[in-house]
Amino acid sequence: MYADYDEIIERISVQALWDFPGGVHPPQQKELSNTTPIETLPLPDMFYVPIKQHIGTGGQILVNEGDYVLKGQALSANDLALSVPVHAPTSGTVTNIGEHVSAHPSGIGELTICIKPDGLDKWTDLVPLKDYVNHPKHDLVNAICKAGISGLGGAGFPTHIKAGEHKDIEFLIINGVECEPYISSDDRLMREHAWQIRQGIDILVHLIKPKQVLVAIEDNKPEAIETLSVACQQQTKYQVVSIPTKYPAGGEKQLVQVLTSREIPTDGLPADVGCMMFNVGTCFAISDAIMEGKPLIERIVTLTGDAFDAPKNVWARLGTPISHLLSAGSYSTSKQESPRVIMGGPMMGFTVSSLQTPVVKITNCLLAPADKELPTPEDERACIRCSACAEACPASLLPQQLFWYSKAKEYDIAQEYNLFDCIECGACAYVCPSEIPLVHYYRKAKADIRIQQEEKEKAEKARIRFEARQERLLKEKLEREEKHRKAAEARKQSMNKDGGAAKDKIAAALARAKAKKEALAQQQGDNATVTNTEPQESTQTSGRARVESKAPSDKKDKVAAAIARAKAKKLAKSEAVSEDKKSDNEAVSQESNIVSSDRKKEDSAQGAAENAAVDSTVTTSSDSPEKKANDKKAKVAAAIAKAKAKKLEKAKMNEQDNTQANTQNESND
Amino acid sequence: MKLTLKSSPHHHNRRDTGQVMRLVIYACIPGIIAQTWYFGFGTLIQVFLAIVTAVVTETIILELRKKNTERVIKDYSAVLAALLLAISIPSFAPWWVIVIGTFFSIAIVKQLYGGLGYNMFNPAMGGYVMLLISFPMQMTSWLPPLSLAEQTHGFIDAVYMVFTGYTSTGFNIEQLRIGVDGVTMATPLDSVKTDLSQGFTLTEAYTNSIFSGIYGQGWAVVSLAYLLGGLMLIKTKVISWHIPGSMILAAVLFSGLFYLVQPDIYASPLFHLMNGSLIIGAFFIATDPVSGATTVKGRVIFGAAIGLWIIIIRVWGGYPDAVAFAVLIMNMAVPLIDYYTQPRTYGHKSS
Repeated sequence: MYADYDEIIERISVQALWDFPGGVHPPQQKELSNTTPIETLPLPDMFYVPIKQHIGTGGQILVNEGDYVLKGQALSANDLALSVPVHAPTSGTVTNIGEHVSAHPSGIGELTICIKPDGLDKWTDLVPLKDYVNHPKHDLVNAICKAGISGLGGAGFPTHIKAGEHKDIEFLIINGVECEPYISSDDRLMREHAWQIRQGIDILVHLIKPKQVLVAIEDNKPEAIETLSVACQQQTKYQVVSIPTKYPAGGEKQLVQVLTSREIPTDGLPADVGCMMFNVGTCFAISDAIMEGKPLIERIVTLTGDAFDAPKNVWARLGTPISHLLSAGSYSTSKQESPRVIMGGPMMGFTVSSLQTPVVKITNCLLAPADKELPTPEDERACIRCSACAEACPASLLPQQLFWYSKAKEYDIAQEYNLFDCIECGACAYVCPSEIPLVHYYRKAKADIRIQQEEKEKAEKARIRFEARQERLLKEKLEREEKHRKAAEARKQSMNKDGGAAKDKIAAALARAKAKKEALAQQQGDNATVTNTEPQESTQTSGRARVESKAPSDKKDKVAAAIARAKAKKLAKSEAVSEDKKSDNEAVSQESNIVSSDRKKEDSAQGAAENAAVDSTVTTSSDSPEKKANDKKAKVAAAIAKAKAKKLEKAKMNEQDNTQANTQNESND
Repeated sequence: MKLTLKSSPHHHNRRDTGQVMRLVIYACIPGIIAQTWYFGFGTLIQVFLAIVTAVVTETIILELRKKNTERVIKDYSAVLAALLLAISIPSFAPWWVIVIGTFFSIAIVKQLYGGLGYNMFNPAMGGYVMLLISFPMQMTSWLPPLSLAEQTHGFIDAVYMVFTGYTSTGFNIEQLRIGVDGVTMATPLDSVKTDLSQGFTLTEAYTNSIFSGIYGQGWAVVSLAYLLGGLMLIKTKVISWHIPGSMILAAVLFSGLFYLVQPDIYASPLFHLMNGSLIIGAFFIATDPVSGATTVKGRVIFGAAIGLWIIIIRVWGGYPDAVAFAVLIMNMAVPLIDYYTQPRTYGHKSS
């Protein structure tokens, strides 16, 4: 279906490239900013470094407020799968870590590290890997990750993930197309730093081992084509390809199509069609990271538009607030009715909501157009179904159908029309005669669908949880019923049989266990008495206590001692009780120290009650003559004592019944 | 400082709906000039009446619907629809014909369906068919080209004719229709249809004085003038070639097939192209974006089917011409066509 490797090489060598459908030709406006060399800016008063400047997750913050950081020092970790670190753009003090307006259309607050520069601009220790060919691949990928490099072309995908792939790549495509009007940052970079770009490509080639490298540059940048051709001329595998100027030729999907005729599958990656693409800026950053050890802390930003009196390209540190850049380009609001600054190009860029918005890794341009230059759109008119949008769509979608269904919130149908294949290039809205902000409708529809899906997933999870719980409860209930049924059956059986062999055996076993336990208890009781008298030495005498009080702290010792005391007391008590019981039982039957372990508690309670009853009887008998006035109280006490005594009696009776039954069972044996 | 927030893209090519409509209107000018030249000033009066009626009707309805009237009127869609209807009807038709027709086009066919962008049928053709069915007499009273007419008539005559039914010198429409040979003249398509139904061959039918060769006098030039305007529209990318191209090709192929088998009974493709409103229909009527197919493949199918219907109705139907019927029939099929002709999206295997 698609052209094979040889055919592609053949066609590229004769400049017979493919084309992508649709596309538009907006005025280029590159010459506004691409004629002067890249300038370096003075440091701003404050840096705002958001910890997430790429697609994925932000890493864990490694610094605290008040810390002094050096230029290039990592501020966040690359601890998670899709996280890349950010670095201090200069040396200075971390003044604040908190929410700050983000470089996002919403301008919503984002976790940001604020750094006040000390003016020294002192580097941290840099670790270059100049002899990278001798390092294992893993080290290089790790170094790229540690340098905080994510795609500088616009999407901001973490570079180390792409570079670390183990896939067969036929074409490593270096994207220097820069198809958006106005922007010239890649153009200037290629003109001035072609050699470093070439070094970056070398490193990528070492990592990815492609069959061929294609450096694609739009034919409106002849100087860049020239310099890169020179830089790449020694490498036979590298070919600089001039591609026809058409927006959005620099889109990943479109560029792959133009160079190879292949289409990246809708749910696939460029690697699925043997391609991998990096932006020229990313190559430059990789070269910096490997050859110099420098992390990504600055990038080129184009300052352009008629509202800039001095449009140009500048090296801007990441985290620089755009107000600093605006003044560097002599921005004046006189040509704008209301101030308007676009981050990115006129087709896909977004208007920033605050002048404190920081420059981030994907900020390639600040566009401040005069009102005449890029008039703000009027209200949309009705769609006249002219299909100009469909003719402009590079993805061969039907934008007006998507628009109908997005607007009507018929998202299912919108998805049938492949809404999610829209790359939001804006070509459709650019040509729409009714000035309908089509892309805006698609974004909203996509966001709504994502929210719906998330909610659906949440609901689904909740449903599964609920059902699992219901099932568990039901199971437990059934189990309980089953147990009860069995127990009832067993009781019935035993009553019917009036004692079975099995039961006797159990009883015997229980009796043995009990005897053993008592012996043990007695022994422990003795130990406890010792600890009781000498709490200080409890650590040596009581095995359990020793374990507990290994910690040197005094408090713990005391606690241990208290515990030991308590245990000793309890044991002593239980011993006493069991002794009591023994005597009780002896009275009934010689061999009847058979009490189930379950009943032990009951026994101790019984013992306590017995004691209380004795006490109270004593109290009542001795106190009543003396305190006749407290007759009432005494009577109450007497009643309680009587009740207790009765209860005790009853319990004892039961006990005796049980033991008698047991002994009977035994005798039946 | 408070910054303006707008959604991307911030760039827009400066051709809005009003401009598109105006370009189509400008492209009609060569054809209107030719029509006036051959059939008198009645055409201009019809155009004027239609535009006034359309703007008034549209304004009233937009006010009733509480829309931004000024902005919508400025999209020129009502003006264009009125213009297309006006050039489709006989130049000396009474004033109330065009007023009723335009009102119907704008109020019923367009606004009742929700206004521009929502109308299922082509407004001009909806109005035309309503008029043709309701007032067949007035709608078929085409004049002979001035060069062939017994009576000449100027602008004042045209005004009188349209508003009173008589010229300033007292002639009525039937008198005006009498040609130099003293016979009431029909349109070329009409004439051929009548002759064929009476058992004449085509060669005999072409001897009628309205013809020079197989071309109806005046009519062929008018068609060529609209062709010129249509090509201008394609050149300026206001319309794509798909609908007119496939429509003309289908008409030519289909009529050519019959012509090859029986050239005595079936007219040649060139006859079909140059007479009647096939050209104006192909470039100006069927290309109405609102009521037409939207996908590329769909447009080819849409155009071809219209071409086919035109020949079928012209050859076997009761009416001499059929552009309006063919367009309305295919308007109904548009949703179906669009649905089954979706292009293959990038990265998908098949549509």
